[in-house]
Amino acid sequence: MLIPVIIGITLFIYVIMSVAPGDPARMILGQDATVEQIQAKRAELGLDRPLLIRYVNYMAGVVQGDFGSSWYNEYNVIAEFGARLPNTLTLGMTAMALAALLGIPLGVFAAVRQYSVYDYTTLVAAMIFSSMPAFWFGLMAQVYLCLKLGWLPATGADSLVHFILPAVTLAAAILASQVRMTRTSMLEVIKQDYVRTARSKGAPEKRVIVKHVLRNGLLPVVTSLGMGFALLLGGTVVIESVFAIPGVGSLLIGAVRLRDVPVVMGIIVVIACFVGVMNLLVDLLYAVIDPRVKQGYGL
Amino acid sequence: MWGLVAFRFRKNKLAMVGLAVIVILVIASLAAPLFVDYSNVYTQNIADRFIKPGTNGHIFGTDQFGRDLFARIMYGGRISLLAGLISVGLGLILGLVLGGTAGYYGGKVDNIIMRVCDIFMAVPQTLLTMAIVAALGQGTFNMLIALSVAGFPRYARTVRSSILTLRGQEFVEAAKCYGSSSPRIIFRHIIPNGLGPVIVSATLGLGATILSIASLGFLGIGVQAPTPEWGTILSENRGNIRYFPFLGLIPGMFIAAAVMCLNFMGDGLRDALDPRTKS
Repeated sequence: MLIPVIIGITLFIYVIMSVAPGDPARMILGQDATVEQIQAKRAELGLDRPLLIRYVNYMAGVVQGDFGSSWYNEYNVIAEFGARLPNTLTLGMTAMALAALLGIPLGVFAAVRQYSVYDYTTLVAAMIFSSMPAFWFGLMAQVYLCLKLGWLPATGADSLVHFILPAVTLAAAILASQVRMTRTSMLEVIKQDYVRTARSKGAPEKRVIVKHVLRNGLLPVVTSLGMGFALLLGGTVVIESVFAIPGVGSLLIGAVRLRDVPVVMGIIVVIACFVGVMNLLVDLLYAVIDPRVKQGYGL
Repeated sequence: MWGLVAFRFRKNKLAMVGLAVIVILVIASLAAPLFVDYSNVYTQNIADRFIKPGTNGHIFGTDQFGRDLFARIMYGGRISLLAGLISVGLGLILGLVLGGTAGYYGGKVDNIIMRVCDIFMAVPQTLLTMAIVAALGQGTFNMLIALSVAGFPRYARTVRSSILTLRGQEFVEAAKCYGSSSPRIIFRHIIPNGLGPVIVSATLGLGATILSIASLGFLGIGVQAPTPEWGTILSENRGNIRYFPFLGLIPGMFIAAAVMCLNFMGDGLRDALDPRTKS
């Protein structure tokens, strides 16, 4: 599935780019450039060749791991991506861990006390957090916690402390889906016969929830963690911009502003691969968590 | 069927509050010209910079150029909400046509359309939107196109699965048996019964889209700066929020309120349409 995705997305962007008004060579050189300069730039970028040939050349490079270089600063796309990836991964992983560590217990808590005040409070609070624009939440936290109280550094990525606030902001945005997913999946399991059996044979409630409900209800939660990862990658873009973290997201924003197509395309392709691999890992994780899945494949 | 849905929806307090707030927001921004003149949106007055909310007739205060924040928020609401509606509308049309075709014809056509949707959905939506904006160039119109292209696969999927579940149902087969024409089956049976999930996903999608528009505006790649839009207003005031927090609090609260209410409405609609999800 990964290969058609990459071909499809890159081809799509190539086509709209060629349809879109505005000559990239003129944009790069500015208004004062002479016709000769523009011609030379076009030849340099390969823009004078037909769309299909450009595309095939690009893909030939991609297959070899060469995503070309930026139109403006001439840095190598993949090298720059690699240099910025650690920051984005630290942010994303911390946020993911926070969302899972908070979201799953909260979801279980809400499910166990279904229709109680706790249930509603948890759900509504989670909803409020996910409806707030992440960049706004980040900005306000920055103003009050960093600048007014001075508890945390406001911007940058020099130490792990710098990642606390960005990760919390990002986690808040995906917390709600995590809580709701866990709650729904728990509720489905709670109604099963074997849960009633476990209760009727006198197992303590704690054991019923942890041993019987949680272990069976975890499967959809793992899926949602995988999907949450894709959501997270979108979120990092905004958060990195708010907290001035030099990561992949801020690279992308800068490139989108300049219409630096090779950079944007490279980032999108690599991230699509990332998401694809992540989904594969989630599928594999299934087999570990749920032996029934393994059995289904005769492994 | 719809009467029952309305009844159940009305019993859901959160959803009703959401609906009320959205209606108020829509009316307030539509009726903005009646109580604030558009000139307040762009008139700069250096003498009246950073006025605190509620003084000198500036309900929400003024920004760094002395422009009235209330006027900018009200007129900004028109752009945020309208842009959200347009891009969801466009995405929905694409989704209805493609998902409908896929679901109705099945087979090869279905396969091709759904694979295309899979490809678009493999890239995180925010990133795909940004990539399309980069390829097309910035601006409000291009942003709308990008949002609807990045958003349509979700609607296409919902429409298709909705049609697929209905196609095999007895009442559709019965209608076929007593000789109803294809258009009659589509308009009398499939559309009214399959509309529910589509409306739910459009309502939730509208909330997500308004959030995206605000994010893009904030990042400076959506609606461009002097034009008031909730995200753009936040981005303009970004440097001064530190000293005048109200400049950040107020626009953000409008975005959050609109998105939250749409989410509550979407949830309420889902529960009202399919009570099984609740019990």
